[in-house]
Amino acid sequence: MSRKGISDKVAVIGMGCTRFAEHWDKSVEDLLVEAAYEAFNDAGIEPKDIEAAWLGTMISGYAGITLSGALKTQYIPVTRVENMCATGSEAFRNACYAVASGAYDMVLAIGVEKLKDSGLSGLNTPKPPSDGTAPNFSAPASFSFLAPAYFKKYGLTKEQGREVLSRIAYKNHYNGSLNPKAQYRSEVPMDKISNSPLVAAPLGIMDCSGVADGAAAAIIVRSEDAHKYSKEPMYVKALSIAAGPGDGRLRQDFDFTSIKENVVASQAAYREAGIKDPRKEISMAEVHDCFTPTELVIYEDLGLSERGQGWKDVLNGVFELDGELPVNPDGGLKSFGHPIGASGLRMLYEMYLQFQGKAGKRQLDNPKLGLTHNLGGSPMQCVSFVSVVGKELS
Amino acid sequence: MKGIISYGAYVPYNRLQRKKISEFFGKLGPAGEKAVAGYDEDSISMGVEAALDCLNGINPHDVDAVYFATVSSPYKEKGSVGTIATALSLKETVRGIETASSLRSGTSSMLSAQPDEKTLVIASDCRTGAPTGQNELWFGDGAVSFLMGSGDNVIASMVDQGSLQGEIISQWRSQEDRFTQTWEERLGSTVFLKQVKETITPFLERNSRSADSLSKVIISGPGIRAHSQAASALGFKKEQLENPLFDSVGDTGNAHAPMMLVSALETAKPGDQLLVIAFAEGLDYMLFEVTDAIKELKDRKGVNGCLAFKNDQILYSDYLKWRDLIETEPARRPATDRPSAPALYRKHRQNLSFTGSKCRRCGTARFPHQRVCIQCQAKDEMEDYCFVGQSAKVMTYTLDHLAASPAPPMIVAVIDFVHGGRIICEVTDCSPAEIEIGMNMEMTFRRLYEAGGISNYFWKARPIRQKESV
Repeated sequence: MSRKGISDKVAVIGMGCTRFAEHWDKSVEDLLVEAAYEAFNDAGIEPKDIEAAWLGTMISGYAGITLSGALKTQYIPVTRVENMCATGSEAFRNACYAVASGAYDMVLAIGVEKLKDSGLSGLNTPKPPSDGTAPNFSAPASFSFLAPAYFKKYGLTKEQGREVLSRIAYKNHYNGSLNPKAQYRSEVPMDKISNSPLVAAPLGIMDCSGVADGAAAAIIVRSEDAHKYSKEPMYVKALSIAAGPGDGRLRQDFDFTSIKENVVASQAAYREAGIKDPRKEISMAEVHDCFTPTELVIYEDLGLSERGQGWKDVLNGVFELDGELPVNPDGGLKSFGHPIGASGLRMLYEMYLQFQGKAGKRQLDNPKLGLTHNLGGSPMQCVSFVSVVGKELS
Repeated sequence: MKGIISYGAYVPYNRLQRKKISEFFGKLGPAGEKAVAGYDEDSISMGVEAALDCLNGINPHDVDAVYFATVSSPYKEKGSVGTIATALSLKETVRGIETASSLRSGTSSMLSAQPDEKTLVIASDCRTGAPTGQNELWFGDGAVSFLMGSGDNVIASMVDQGSLQGEIISQWRSQEDRFTQTWEERLGSTVFLKQVKETITPFLERNSRSADSLSKVIISGPGIRAHSQAASALGFKKEQLENPLFDSVGDTGNAHAPMMLVSALETAKPGDQLLVIAFAEGLDYMLFEVTDAIKELKDRKGVNGCLAFKNDQILYSDYLKWRDLIETEPARRPATDRPSAPALYRKHRQNLSFTGSKCRRCGTARFPHQRVCIQCQAKDEMEDYCFVGQSAKVMTYTLDHLAASPAPPMIVAVIDFVHGGRIICEVTDCSPAEIEIGMNMEMTFRRLYEAGGISNYFWKARPIRQKESV
């Protein structure tokens, strides 16, 4: 265990995920219990087998007691983490390192968010007291900056750009229509997407991920112990996260067609996982499609498309379920909504199902290597998370 | 002899056609339009804009005193001069006073300016008349600024001046009143005429000026007719009477007579004689003689520059919303928190004077002020760098329909300054159909919002509009 990095050191032996929905009849406690017990049952373990836990939530509770109180864990360490929209991935990442360090044999990573209890539209991030001069624009507004900048740089007309964005939303809704755990489970016609009411022009409501409640969980052990619990564990090949200094807010050379945090995080992950050509080597990816132009830029930032070619790959169906590299096979944030703390673990849940051949109508043909990407913040400044997970040890 | 060294004006971009008010109440009403402060403007923000216009080409540190004249200060208790002096980057030791409640404060401030000092006078008002009333129709919003002093660069010498204190209840608003009240107009106009005849005739005689020797007479009286009655009583011809701007701006309170004076100066020639008469519980009056220096005065927006560009398509309902005269369904977004006073205190200079930092090591400019340079990572190698007056371009933008705004959609743009630096901020005085990548912008001083009774002032971007040849 002297090798640097996380590759092949830990494995996931059980996972759980609630349906993502407007759960008017479920509390944070309900969601945590459902996701955790599904994972316990899946791994064939008892709650008392868990030695430590990491809880990811942005606004649905404070401290580890949000989890220990719900599950009645018996005085084990529980750490609550928050890294904006990458919170769920951050819980998983910290849990993995704890196991890899040898401190624990078995841990729980769980993420939860209850967004629908506030009565407000969109996502509402509590703000510390401040001078109050920062413009109070919405999350879709900050990501919509990407669209006109990308279209202008690569010479797309408004109509071409519109089609590309709509194709991304169409793909994700199609995939979601095949997923019983998605918030939205029906296909949405292209013209309905293209003509949806504007939220942050040029983005319409159908360019935005939904707002939902949900929870997802993973049980992590050392790779050498994985087969004691599971015939088909999922191995962690790389974990990386990059936090940006704020180039987009301050530097004119930041042109809103690329998010550097994505580039740095993915390159670090590829190094750790030994990936040279991600487009060829990766079988599937779950990426942070909070808004349609985000997914477009992510293709290029993660090296899944050449610079300036992402839009053509979209139109050529490269990232569709039957395409060369399926992206968001579970339907993505677009179909699932985005309960912040849960989303990163929901992405890993799809990888886990696909490796085990349990993805139902979405099942891909023998995927070997998967990527998840989770982004917290805005294009101007964010934390970007990338994981690579695999079906087999290298 | 003291006089005017420089002038500036600000008329809000938004104009409300009076017929829209009358139509709303199912009545026939007067023509013309009134200038309306946007939802992000008040007497302080307009005053700062007028003063920036006035100080064009003048070192703000040369100003010795600042007088702010308004009856529509955002606070009943808390001064405005600190905000204004900081926004204008005046020296910290500048003497300042806010002259409130009298509608003659603007002209009285000009009278009080000392010949041996440079005094910045700012007159600004944003008054609200009760819906359906005459005041609502005729009030307008706007601001004017003069730099007063002595020397070769005086463009209009104040030949003589005077005041008359003549107590009368003509127009008033108590501490509790929301709207200005007015007595029967004939009371005010009758008393005004009497005061003018008794005071101005001897004033002109004292200065050996006959009626026909004056180029322009600037009269702000009670109501909308008294000024022309006073002019004819004094023997002035119609063409000598300066346009009271009722059709295009409205009665701007303290700024009314001063704004007419700016209008007159915009077309004045050396040697022109200008008489100013302002009424409110008596009179202030001034006689100016325009000098050769007016030919050297730098270009500025002034009244004409502001009147050249407008949005006259706003609805009466926009005005009602912006003035909080109707309650509307709140957005399903979090309420705006009261800003933190300690945070405002720490950043007051940065935020009000729009001063960021420039790295001494790599030379790049940033807003807001940074401790560590984002370009070269040097720590604490920053010097102050002011972005006011710098031109900029839209790098990208969005129209935010989700954000809570009194005028949705909120236009938010990434603004790149031509000489370096970037800010992501709200765009104001711009229609969603107008905004585009590459558009030329400048920064404008605005009141972002009021929360917890605290008005928060900052800067927004607005399009630079070139004069159209209409």
